[in-house]
Amino acid sequence: MSENEHGNSGYDEWLDAIDEGDAYYLECPNGHGSLPPRRICPECGETNLEDTPLPETGDIDTYTVVHVATPSFADDAPYTTAIADFGPVRVTAMAPDDVDVGESVSLTVGESKTNGDRLLQFERF
Amino acid sequence: MTGVRIAGVGLTHFGKHPERTGRDLFAEASDSAFADAEVSRDDIEALYYGNFMGELAEHQGHQGPLMAEAAGVRAPATRYESACASSGVAIRQAVKDVRNGEADAILVGGAERMNNLGTAKTTEALAIAADDLYEVRAGMTFPGAYALMARAYFEQYGGSREDLAHIAVKNHENAVPNEHAQFQREIELEEALDAPMIAEPLGLFDACPITDGAAAVVLVSDEYAEEHDLYAPVSVTGTGQGGDRMALQGRDHLARSPAAEEAAEEAYAEAGIDGGDVDVAEVHDCFTIAEVLALEALDFYAPGEGIGAARRGETTRDGDRPVNLSGGLKAKGHPVGATGASQLVEMTRILRGDHPNSDAVPDATVGVTHNAGGTVASATVHVLEVEQ
Repeated sequence: MSENEHGNSGYDEWLDAIDEGDAYYLECPNGHGSLPPRRICPECGETNLEDTPLPETGDIDTYTVVHVATPSFADDAPYTTAIADFGPVRVTAMAPDDVDVGESVSLTVGESKTNGDRLLQFERF
Repeated sequence: MTGVRIAGVGLTHFGKHPERTGRDLFAEASDSAFADAEVSRDDIEALYYGNFMGELAEHQGHQGPLMAEAAGVRAPATRYESACASSGVAIRQAVKDVRNGEADAILVGGAERMNNLGTAKTTEALAIAADDLYEVRAGMTFPGAYALMARAYFEQYGGSREDLAHIAVKNHENAVPNEHAQFQREIELEEALDAPMIAEPLGLFDACPITDGAAAVVLVSDEYAEEHDLYAPVSVTGTGQGGDRMALQGRDHLARSPAAEEAAEEAYAEAGIDGGDVDVAEVHDCFTIAEVLALEALDFYAPGEGIGAARRGETTRDGDRPVNLSGGLKAKGHPVGATGASQLVEMTRILRGDHPNSDAVPDATVGVTHNAGGTVASATVHVLEVEQ
């Protein structure tokens, strides 16, 4: 993690879990999926959310190749960012450059070329 | 419940003014609104002020009282922040307060100073309107977010970069006579299509510029307008606001904007109109695809049908329902916190007949303004009508 950055309870632990191959999402008693950190289901307000294994693969819904980046990604540009549908949840992450809509991907943790920060990445499955 | 009249409107030039402070910009816009309104500053009972990135751009929070001071108004003042819909929500609050008899005269507006930061820092500052953990950290920028929606739209409904380019060409053409606009120049279709990519499939001409500017509006009650014999022919007859999940990944739709649909439904219901009654609209075209989403949310088109509206000539100045006669955010410019109020300014002038493009809609009586925050996690819609 780069300097001057505060911790992010729940999110950092989630990245650790993905890194260890234990990716999960949160499921409420009514079956709604969401991503951590979260205490309350945004769909129905239920508060007893359970860690549930994230499906191994998701399908790319949409993507973009970003050419004009923020300073935090200056050395990464151009890069591809995508949203993939994992069934109960969608996830946004960096993706391989030639990715296409409908492709199957898995979720991993990589790092930014610009500042070494950890970031979510899709890999071709 | 009283009616709400637009007594006066004011704008600065929208463009690059990196040396001008937010307070200087808002002072000019509000002075212009008071000159137009012929309302005494002493009668103003509140200031509602929209601003998004003042802390990052000029190290200035708590801008409400600062801007009241700049405008020469001694009244309680509150800043509203809702990303690019900041002054849209400020207007909504002002409309409600006048309606409810809380105040007879309110100054409402907004300002943003952006060009002093430069492109990379501005891109970073704008990105905080997205979900930091789940979007910004995955490399999402604002153009990137709208690019994700554009591709999702193309996948779901069809459409092309050329359809989007027609929107840019139209809005640039509309901005030519608008002295407040950042780009008073036409562009060619090929020029738009050949421009460098910002976030594929969106190129430079699919994006609004980085803009400094301010807008201000004086709203009064029907009773105040009558008592002071004001020339205030335009009323705000409907206000609506909608919300959606912060991050695109949490939304039900990637190619629609339900928050704006909700806002339109509420505003239309209050005004007793539907989308078919609208003569002219100012919509939030921060990117060309955003204009398409707006046209569909405002019920001018069914989902998937709005993409070709500019290409078919339906939303151009000689079309059935011109959209963004001001030039829109695309060509007029997008000083984030000022945009919602600036749409009210432009629409008031269009309906009063004193806008340089009023001749495109000489018989217009119903106008709509649509202001979106973030990737439309927030949206406001206002209906403006000429009193018969």
